[in-house]
Amino acid sequence: MNNTAEKNVYEGNDPYAVPLNEIDVSLPERFENNDFWPWFERLRKEDPVHYCSDSEHGAYWSVTKFQDIMYVDTHHDLFSSETGITIASQDEDFVLPMFIAMDQPKHDVQRRTVNPVVGPMNLANMESTIRERVITIIESLPVGETFDWVDRVAIELTTQMLATLFDFPFEERRKLTRWSDIATTNLDAGLIETEDERRAELIECLEYFTNLWNERVNKEPTGDLISMLAHGESTRNMQPMEYLGNIILLIVGGNDTTRNSLTGGVVALNESPDQYEKLRNDHSLIGSMVPEIIRWQTPLAHMRRIATEDTELGGKQIKKGDKVVMWYVSGNRDETAIENPDDFIIDRKNARHHLSFGFGIHRCMGNRLAEMQIRIVWEELMARFHSVQVMGEPTYIRSAFVKGYAHLPVKLVPLES
Amino acid sequence: MPKITFIEHSGEKHEIEADTGISVMEVAINNGVPGIDADCGGACSCATCHVMVAGDWFDKLPEIDAMEESMLGLNTMRETNSRLSCQLDSTDELDGLVLQLPEFQG
Repeated sequence: MNNTAEKNVYEGNDPYAVPLNEIDVSLPERFENNDFWPWFERLRKEDPVHYCSDSEHGAYWSVTKFQDIMYVDTHHDLFSSETGITIASQDEDFVLPMFIAMDQPKHDVQRRTVNPVVGPMNLANMESTIRERVITIIESLPVGETFDWVDRVAIELTTQMLATLFDFPFEERRKLTRWSDIATTNLDAGLIETEDERRAELIECLEYFTNLWNERVNKEPTGDLISMLAHGESTRNMQPMEYLGNIILLIVGGNDTTRNSLTGGVVALNESPDQYEKLRNDHSLIGSMVPEIIRWQTPLAHMRRIATEDTELGGKQIKKGDKVVMWYVSGNRDETAIENPDDFIIDRKNARHHLSFGFGIHRCMGNRLAEMQIRIVWEELMARFHSVQVMGEPTYIRSAFVKGYAHLPVKLVPLES
Repeated sequence: MPKITFIEHSGEKHEIEADTGISVMEVAINNGVPGIDADCGGACSCATCHVMVAGDWFDKLPEIDAMEESMLGLNTMRETNSRLSCQLDSTDELDGLVLQLPEFQG
């Protein structure tokens, strides 16, 4: 097929106006316009394991239903992470090895080194720190005035948390936000214009973190992530690019994701006033609301694998070497796996049974930390305010990977006296 | 019906006359034993149905397969007697089994 250019043009929003075999769900414009939903709906109904022969990222399979995604995610022997975990192929001159993009056994060994920092025992110790910071942030917000939730709350809180986990110089913490954004941004999204610019900023990130490493490698181990990497048996001899890769993984993993679930919760509650009312009447529902927010938002839209051998999936023949994209964002709205999946239901039964963290050996390491942060934010908000009210349309990020918000204008509504 | 005892981290005991033909994880969930999340629903892919096997029961249980080993290996709360309860079938042979629950499910 030679009509790539035509096919990749954004085609409005009628998925039935396009022949099935030409559907490419990876177009970042659709995520920016938040109108990708009916495209996945069509694939789930008509072609749940879908081959797109031609896209910006080459040919790829889309896996759109919950059970098929679960199958791919849990068969890490058949579906490798080794060459990257997003639909975009890595730039071969600038490969950043990181454990999320490794197979066994190396994956397990490296992950085990850093796992404890977000393990449940450590989290229990961190809860009071997180709560203090949440309260400080919330109490600094204007009441009754419109402000940007993304910047003032979502970014600020997740960045503070990351700075703590890395023991990163606190005043310079927004560097973490910047590097996280730079690592994942699409070139046409407005942050940077060329891959060279991306490399230059990431090298800056490496230099900064190399200084922190050098500071810590000669000291006794402390509980922060950099110290853990510098002293860990399986990580202390990492090459610079591998160190950078793992730093980026931890920054992106702990930043973009929780940030967008913190914002997604505000959007979801505003779209479902009955659920907001239910929450106001019973704050104990926050516990089940948190996984529901994470499902509803699905802050990472997909993860990708490469087939390691010829195999069958959903009746389709996948060839060795094929790119296979698991669309978590679609599986989380699969009506055959989740009842009324488009509804946001804060007391949903079995709310934890969602795909946002992935399943299997690559399952999100920081899931409990993310849940804890979101829980605390809502506990402290609902104790002080009637609601966080959305004052205008959100601006969505132009990316088929990081599914989230650039801005969200909101206003805090005080409790009725 | 085998009797299976779950002991919460707090020490609270739940003695269950367990159904057979389901997993030990499902026995806990069906009987409202708190402390088992089972996020993945029994697919050995989340490690949130983690239990510790009391006494000499550990050696009597079926062996840990590669997937369970992988998932346990990434669990920071793992002990030498850890298992994932979704991988244990509830059978009459398990009569008297005692399982301790961890403080947190990771």
